[in-house]
Amino acid sequence: MSELAHSPLVEIENVEQRFGGSSGFLSPSQPLVKALNSVSLTINKGDSFCLVGESGCGKSTLARAVIGLNPPTAGHIKYQGNRIDNLSTRERQPYTRKMQMVFQNPYASLNPRMTVAQTLQEPLQIHFPTMSRAEIEAKVEEVMLSVGNDPSWLERYPHEFSGGQRQRISIARALMLDPEFIVADEPISALDVSIQAQVLNVMMEAQESRNLTYLFITHDLSVVEHFGNRVAVMYLGTVCELADTKNLFATPRHPYTQALLSAVPKMDGSGVNHVKMSGEVPTAMDLPSGCVFHTRCPYANDRCKREIPKLKDNGDTQTACFAVEEGRL
Amino acid sequence: MALLEVKDLQVEFPLGRKTLKALHGVSFSLEKGERLGIVGESGAGKSVAAFSILNLLTRPGRISAGEVRFEGRDLSKLSADEMRQIRGNRISMIFQDPMMTLNPVLTIGTQMIECLKAHRDISDKEAKELAIARLRDVMIPSPEKRMDSYPHELSGGMRQRVVIAIALLTDPSIIIADEPTTALDVTIQAEIMSLMLDLCKTNNVGLILITHDLAVVSQVTEKMIVMYAGRIVEQGETQDIINNPKHPYTRGLIKALPQENLPGARLNQIRGSMPSLDAIPVGCAFNPRCDFADENCCKNLPELAGPIAHQAACTKIDTLPEFTAVGARK
Repeated sequence: MSELAHSPLVEIENVEQRFGGSSGFLSPSQPLVKALNSVSLTINKGDSFCLVGESGCGKSTLARAVIGLNPPTAGHIKYQGNRIDNLSTRERQPYTRKMQMVFQNPYASLNPRMTVAQTLQEPLQIHFPTMSRAEIEAKVEEVMLSVGNDPSWLERYPHEFSGGQRQRISIARALMLDPEFIVADEPISALDVSIQAQVLNVMMEAQESRNLTYLFITHDLSVVEHFGNRVAVMYLGTVCELADTKNLFATPRHPYTQALLSAVPKMDGSGVNHVKMSGEVPTAMDLPSGCVFHTRCPYANDRCKREIPKLKDNGDTQTACFAVEEGRL
Repeated sequence: MALLEVKDLQVEFPLGRKTLKALHGVSFSLEKGERLGIVGESGAGKSVAAFSILNLLTRPGRISAGEVRFEGRDLSKLSADEMRQIRGNRISMIFQDPMMTLNPVLTIGTQMIECLKAHRDISDKEAKELAIARLRDVMIPSPEKRMDSYPHELSGGMRQRVVIAIALLTDPSIIIADEPTTALDVTIQAEIMSLMLDLCKTNNVGLILITHDLAVVSQVTEKMIVMYAGRIVEQGETQDIINNPKHPYTRGLIKALPQENLPGARLNQIRGSMPSLDAIPVGCAFNPRCDFADENCCKNLPELAGPIAHQAACTKIDTLPEFTAVGARK
């Protein structure tokens, strides 16, 4: 890969996200939810960067912070070196064109009262007001064909399509402005197995032909192994392991990553033999002290309860774990 | 005689002038303590098959032909009262979403005791003790306290454990589980699945597991059925089907899994999508999506054929290339 391919595109620096916590004159006090805690990641140009973790670990919150739907409470988000988390909507517009999002549920993310053509034309009308009607129509058709959609779909409404087709329309919408960076939040979780393969293939083809960079959020580790080149494992709003996909699957270091990988059902006839974790996932309203994983970790000691581990490089992967650091594992 | 025997089951949904057929003659059987997986994508008819066993079809859906024999009796001919003796007692059911299954305004304890008293002549005290024992079986910490909890106070995994405990309360001989872990995280799924496997083995309970996840089926079941458009297209011993699938649809499903492909390569996709019930193709329902289909496949309906341990409904089985696993399993 060239030098350029490794230049950072999106930098996430010490991002924190807090929800609730305030109590006003008429509103009852709400508990403070610590959804993201000092998350730092760099997504390089051309990456398929995967975020994995279980429900409530903050992966979608991070995606929404990056794309600007919920600006972070603290920390910086940079796009090609420029800070974007504190911009006004108008200042953000040039970046919006380059950063697009695909949502999980294609039944909810397409406007049911707009035809596919209207849905796909809208971003062009907003960002390129001088574009002629013919130019817009040509562009829409080109993008539809590039993701393998039949242009005859254009005059139809979302309810006329199956889940897989809708998701391909959502992908087409995200590609309308020729973005550089696409955030995909569980884009295939709502789809059947054979349809998942179709949508993943469309996304991989689009990446090759358009030099896209993906931030791909999923809970399905087999998809990560197939699709991603970099992966961050999240637990309770914290990144606990960050690595090249190959290394993470070959030598997972963090005890949580090991447990997560062992829980993925396999077809080799080995039965269910996962690493058992004690207890339940604590809530983000009442985070454990020290390492957030210590309440369930078989290797936790006193230090893990007191201090918060930082991501440290250990050759193959970056791990936030004292047990790994001290060689106790 | 098998414990449960479903013979040529047909289910239809009359809708105004037309009638949609959801099941076109499905047959399978379950021995005592046996675990069977039913696999297929949305719309294949796997839930309809399971629901019709317990007569839980949503109106106007009805069994139009065939029989469901449980311990020798045809369940489809029972009265509502007789059915209640079986349902939730001899055959229990676990659904996908535990929040929808549990009553949100009753405590766990009340719901469990209610279930026991509906089926048994039992005192409150005995029922409570039995309920606590069952909660302990499903590894719920401090079960005495949990009896007073409401469903919303528990996590998704804990709720599904409670549902399993309720399903086991009356010592059923069969549990039907419809996507029991689909709504749960992968680590919780592994825990629930190993728990269900242990409980079924120790209590010698039969299990019918409905899922779209081939890997889960391969971990838990001994036999499996693959369904497509209301018909069984392949059935037999689970490991045999996973390692050597015969039907092009089963092969397509397995080959489409990311773990069955080399990292970064294009996935083997099945083109098109499952037909809707009012537009099922003539001949083999899979023919428009099949790479091997010929004229015969578009005219004649293939029957399940082959030794009982592994059957497939495809006329081209003998001419198909050998199945080879790639990716992780290689």
